[in-house]
Amino acid sequence: MTSASATISPTESIVKHKRKKPGPSAWLVFTISIVVVLAWLFPLWMAIVNAFKTPEDFLQSGPLSLPKSMDLSSISKFWTDVDYTRKLLNSITVSFFVALIGVTLSFLSAYAIGIGKVRGRFAILAIFMVAFTIPQEAMIYPMYSMAKQFNLYDNLWSVIIIFSVIQSAFGTYMLSAVLADFPAEIVEAAHIDGAGSFRTMWNVVLPIVRPTMTVLATFFFIWTWNEFLIPLVLLPSNDNQTVALAMAVTTGQYTSDPTTRAAAALVGLLPSLGFFLIFQRTLMRGVTLGAIK
Amino acid sequence: MAKNRNAPASRKLQTRESSRATYYWYLVPGLFAFAAVIGASYVRNVYLSLTKWNGLGKPKFIGFTNYQELIHDPTFWESFIHAFEFIGAMALIPTALGLLFGAVIFDYISPKFGNASSSFMRVGLFVPQIIPITVSGILWVWLLEPNSGVINNFLESVGLPNLTQNWLGDSRLALLSVSIMLIWIQIGYTVVIFVSGMARIDPALHEAAQLDGATWLQRFRIITVNQLRPEISVVLLTTTVAALKVFAPVYVMTQGGPGDATVVPSFFSYFHFFTTQKVGYGAAIATVLSVILSVLAIVLLRMQNREEA
Repeated sequence: MTSASATISPTESIVKHKRKKPGPSAWLVFTISIVVVLAWLFPLWMAIVNAFKTPEDFLQSGPLSLPKSMDLSSISKFWTDVDYTRKLLNSITVSFFVALIGVTLSFLSAYAIGIGKVRGRFAILAIFMVAFTIPQEAMIYPMYSMAKQFNLYDNLWSVIIIFSVIQSAFGTYMLSAVLADFPAEIVEAAHIDGAGSFRTMWNVVLPIVRPTMTVLATFFFIWTWNEFLIPLVLLPSNDNQTVALAMAVTTGQYTSDPTTRAAAALVGLLPSLGFFLIFQRTLMRGVTLGAIK
Repeated sequence: MAKNRNAPASRKLQTRESSRATYYWYLVPGLFAFAAVIGASYVRNVYLSLTKWNGLGKPKFIGFTNYQELIHDPTFWESFIHAFEFIGAMALIPTALGLLFGAVIFDYISPKFGNASSSFMRVGLFVPQIIPITVSGILWVWLLEPNSGVINNFLESVGLPNLTQNWLGDSRLALLSVSIMLIWIQIGYTVVIFVSGMARIDPALHEAAQLDGATWLQRFRIITVNQLRPEISVVLLTTTVAALKVFAPVYVMTQGGPGDATVVPSFFSYFHFFTTQKVGYGAAIATVLSVILSVLAIVLLRMQNREEA
């Protein structure tokens, strides 16, 4: 993994001494590349453009033209019809608690494995690793029966608990690797000073690895935000749907006209786009972290 | 990971043996939660695959009957054929295009046009990665609409009305249409990983080859692709696993249709769990899928470790 986790920045150092005036062939490559990237962004552009059209405008001039006026009615109609505020709050609640509980579980296990070097740690990590590949379909029915049995069916907590555990399998794996490289002298020094394992964890190890844990929490938040199958099965009622789920399940009912569907897509991707803009660096550097998933 | 295996901890272990026992307590919450949620569910699913059950009352043990039935179920085979086709759309094509785009960005755009352009390109290609897959799904269903959809409108406006299609409604095209969206989503992932990998290749390799008169394509083939082997194997592994697991795009875009044209294993098992209520049968499909995935992951990781050693 370490080989793949090189950051993006080293490009910058090469740039300076190599930069020459681009010739015609370079300009051709540049133009083609820009066209490809714009083609990649085109679907999103279409969602934006059409979300602001009136249905009449769309009927007259089709999807490709710019809106004649900025009309917010499709967006606000979709928002109120599906009670989007509610879906946002559900998604935030689920993702927030999964990030919190998932990172806590990961850290505790990783502390025993990476710092405590307990026996059997390789077997534990191997089991967790194989667990990443298990498709959720191979667990979903028993989860569904279990949620019903514990009266957590159609309750956000069922989803929170399940995803905390699923994400923590990955988090333990990742944090164990980080903590295994933690300088042993620091831990030894704390022990000699009379700190027990809990105080060493709380006062010594935790403050040092906090940045890594924040990154992990960010990832847990976003991965959970995008999850679909488990919420689909465990959260049937409208009031408990997450954003990703509402997009798939309710849009069909409320979006007979094309402008409202564009509005639905726009409203659905906005929160993710927001996170991305805020955490862009973390996210793009951390792609390789997700690569193990 | 392998590096830490021979860490000099063994000497210290004896002196710390007594305090070491307390560390086991920190494993309790994580292992208990794992066993209760993932372990129990998985084992129970394997058990259910050996039963006949409609979700009510008690499951009836029937041995391997579900698996025998699966072998003779053409939809089961079809679902796996589709999953393997998705490996093309999610793993092979994005890896190939990611290498190409990545090399263009790294070798041409970044040195000759500066970092602003190269960042713009990487970010632009990456954006589909961060959108929830269900949102991408409804967006593409809308783009692919036969009458008012953007793609058919675009084809008409550039004078190619013959190419307009009922993209998701035609059973010969539905799988291809879903694949196009998957390629759109995946490229950003491969480009970002490969570009960051290219940054660690020693520029002297390229410079020496250039002095020897190697063309860009030759350098790309011989140096870049070879040096990126660790990244390529990680990317192929993760995207192949993801391709075999595909569920949400099929659920949102086609529901497996038209007919069985886009049925994949995960959708097929979901369908039996919650639509036909043949829970045991659904569990058998999911079990087969999970075994294939685990075997695949182990084999690929082994291959990768051998290559690195």
